Amino acid sequence: MTPRQSIRNFSIVAHIDHGKSTLSDRLIQLTGGLADREMKEQVLDNMDIERERGITIKAQTVRLTHVRDGQTYVLNLIDTPGHVDFAYEVSRSLAACEGALLVVDASQGVEAQTLANVYQAIDADLEIVPVLNKIDLPAAEPDRIKAQIEEVIGIDASQAVMISAKTGLGIPDVLDAIIDRLPAPKDGDPDAPLKALLMDAYYDAYLGVVVLVRIKDGVLRKGMKVRMMATGATYGVDRVGVFKPKITEIDALGPGEIGFLTASIKEVGDAAVGDTITEDRRQTASALPGFKPAQPVVFCGLFPVDAANFEDLRAAMGKLRLNDASFSFEMETSAALGFGFRCGFLGLLHLEIIQERLAREFNLDLIATAPSVVYEIKLRGGEVVELHNPVDMPDVMQIAEIHEPWIKATILTPDEYLGGIIKLCQDRRGNQQELTYVGSRAMMVYELPLNEVVFDFYDRLKSISKGYASFDYVMVDRREGDLVKMQILVNDEPVDALSMLVHRNRAESRGRVMCEKLKELIPQHMFKIPIQAAIGGRIIARETISALRKDVTAKCYGGDATRKRKLLDKQKEGKKRMRQFGKVEIPQEAFIAALKMDEN
Amino acid sequence: MNRPAGPAGGSAPRQLAVYVHWPYCTAICPYCDFNVYRARGADSTSLLQAILTDLAGWRSITGARPVSSIFFGGGTPSLMAPSEVAAVIEAVDRLFGLEAGAEISLEANPSDAEAARFAGLRAAGVERLSLGIQALDDASLRALGRFHSADEAVRAARLARSLFPRLSVDLIYARHRQTRDDWRAELGAALALEPDHISPYQLTIEAGTAYERAVRRGVIVPADDDLGADLYLITQDVLEAAGFEAYEVSNHAQGAAARSVHNIAYWTSQDWIGVGPGAHGRLGAGAGRLATTAALRPVDYIAGVAATGTGTAEREVLDEDGARDEFWLMGLRFADGADPALAPGAPLAATALATARDAGLVWTRPGRVGLTPAGRLLANRVIADLLLAEAGASLPG
Repeated sequence: MTPRQSIRNFSIVAHIDHGKSTLSDRLIQLTGGLADREMKEQVLDNMDIERERGITIKAQTVRLTHVRDGQTYVLNLIDTPGHVDFAYEVSRSLAACEGALLVVDASQGVEAQTLANVYQAIDADLEIVPVLNKIDLPAAEPDRIKAQIEEVIGIDASQAVMISAKTGLGIPDVLDAIIDRLPAPKDGDPDAPLKALLMDAYYDAYLGVVVLVRIKDGVLRKGMKVRMMATGATYGVDRVGVFKPKITEIDALGPGEIGFLTASIKEVGDAAVGDTITEDRRQTASALPGFKPAQPVVFCGLFPVDAANFEDLRAAMGKLRLNDASFSFEMETSAALGFGFRCGFLGLLHLEIIQERLAREFNLDLIATAPSVVYEIKLRGGEVVELHNPVDMPDVMQIAEIHEPWIKATILTPDEYLGGIIKLCQDRRGNQQELTYVGSRAMMVYELPLNEVVFDFYDRLKSISKGYASFDYVMVDRREGDLVKMQILVNDEPVDALSMLVHRNRAESRGRVMCEKLKELIPQHMFKIPIQAAIGGRIIARETISALRKDVTAKCYGGDATRKRKLLDKQKEGKKRMRQFGKVEIPQEAFIAALKMDEN
Repeated sequence: MNRPAGPAGGSAPRQLAVYVHWPYCTAICPYCDFNVYRARGADSTSLLQAILTDLAGWRSITGARPVSSIFFGGGTPSLMAPSEVAAVIEAVDRLFGLEAGAEISLEANPSDAEAARFAGLRAAGVERLSLGIQALDDASLRALGRFHSADEAVRAARLARSLFPRLSVDLIYARHRQTRDDWRAELGAALALEPDHISPYQLTIEAGTAYERAVRRGVIVPADDDLGADLYLITQDVLEAAGFEAYEVSNHAQGAAARSVHNIAYWTSQDWIGVGPGAHGRLGAGAGRLATTAALRPVDYIAGVAATGTGTAEREVLDEDGARDEFWLMGLRFADGADPALAPGAPLAATALATARDAGLVWTRPGRVGLTPAGRLLANRVIADLLLAEAGASLPG
């Protein structure tokens, strides 16, 4: 066990591409965690998807051992997910630290995502050390960026550490700053009953479920029988250890230390992030504060393109769930799309990641329906129900109020795109809270209904700002909204997969765009197809696909038999991608494409 | 080599139709995507020899079979010397045996130069001339890249009428800026030539043709769906009123005797062999039906025959689904419909059939399924729907 005074627990807050992973790699290298030949880029991001996108999905910890002036320090680096979707996981990781390095690109400056995370770190009472990265680049403007940090974030940046993670410049200064400027763990009684924070957990093919822990009080030992206080489950501890970053088993972890345990835990879901781990025989009196069960905020339906793959999809989701307890799914039947699953996600990035992993790791071709947020519906009888799927909306006559989730969004952009972004936010029912300038960059804070953001807000923002705007959000609260269920009727039949809750004032324009899009997306049939948007029984928009009048090849003789047969074979393949809806065939692309709003 | 299965029960050998492809043309028409080559400088003697050798090769596969029809298509087979045509007809008769009264058709251009050969072609044994009139006004003919004039076409048709027992004319409609009235008048003018068979084809813009490029440049505006449909319906009305029966989508005959025996062989999934570059063949029924394609380029075809005794470059043995698909794709275009009892593989899905019948697109009667006139206008879609439908129980009766 390490003496408390020699321990520093810290995380790194940074925007994507500002150098978090490179700095981590350098710190590991400099403290001798890995020989040079063992180094690869982004050591801590294990999943392919993390490496490719430069994001962290699962928290990782690494113990760095650093000797200075004859004294040995144990520096625990906690690599946290950076995205708001994983805000809760981030908060638990931050709760395990005493300090944080704020890494900012010395030419690009503070981005929206940095802000949200650094505020979270400040709220968690962490000591913040600013680090300016990429100072070797010609475009670096350290003084301007320091001023920006002080102005925007409100912390002293005069002592910012100047580094180039890429070249290794200034890395020893970072180690000094960690030791000198970050506090050691404040308290912790080694003789008290075990009290440990469950920071995160993931599934490892060799070790099973690996639980990352921060010891607050007492000692965690191999062989100990521990209890998860929130879930009540007990387990015998098989292994205790640390990552250096290579996995290293040790006998015990004491107060202030960070490491891992394995026990015969079957699913990651059994190790709830934020739970308190104690000894079963000698339990701590009170659990650590802040535990929350995972709450999905965005839902969508996932259906196999080829109905025959339904069982494969079920198996794949089961496997993903082993490693990601925050992802939920239950079977759903859609008249339009057949059998599939209604899935819950922590946010849009999470949704995208799961979809991508299903496609990539399990080779599944999927149709995703429009993402929907969770609405709270107060019924006239006083009962409150949560609505995850517009299809399940109760009869309007029974509904007293509908409450929808709102977010606070921070957007940073070069000022030339300001006008377009303000218009976008206004179109999406946003309320401006703040508009400030930091040099030539504008920072906007908007409150927005999440249901206006879930679908294509981010895509639109990127396109308006040519990719320069950054965006982040936190959930604020739920507010009553004048929301109506809009249905799309194709050939007079409602298409369940296209129904959505939408604000009454936005319904007509939204409905009109959807009808126009569907008219383009659905091929002509042998009969006329009306496409309508309706609220209740009231039609608010209408388009008609005219009947196909003639579709016959003029010539068909001996040489055409092969050609016609091969064309039919192609049509057989194409048919798998079509969804029969009543008498109408709808191409699967239509279900997503119809929802994209081009607001030009 | 596997001998393809004969008809069920192994009774009399199946009839055989013979297609002869003559790929040479004086010039390539801008709308044509057939397997054609410029005639100038072409070596017709070698090609004729190759065709004759290829026929002998086929004989060793099929054995002697009563030949019900020979069709000279192209390209421009009216560029063949009458003696060359005679040699092919003689070879078919010698190798396989021509049925008494067998149909012998030849496609011809209605130019003065080619009309000069008509008497010789008749003497060679051609009894049915299929005249590629295409249009009856000079501006349209020029736009179609044809070298004959409307007057020449009329002269050629009159001559053909006097020489051949049976005369068919081909027309192309939905041409650039053609109106409904234009077409009605043109059909009347074509009828005045007294053919017993008319094949009006809607102009189709095929990939890789000069017309496709012209459409892309906006020089030619193809008829829209509505106009195309109207012109098709006008065709049906005018020709029916003149006593012509629409026995296939684009084929109209004045009485049963005027129907093309050869083309009916295609639509009823009979056996046919093809000789000449790019010609297709089919032998056998159901699973195992043999589909052949001859080498596309004349030079390859000639070399292939010289080396191996056969012009066939590709052979595919159809499985039951493939044979089933072709059976219906070809058969439902035929006005007499198709006999489900002869269809390979699973029966057509009963629900899809009932749906199409209720929509007035398909008719059924014992032993027969066919498309109604309305169904024929949408034949591609109707047939695909029937074949793509999930197989269910077959329709009783």
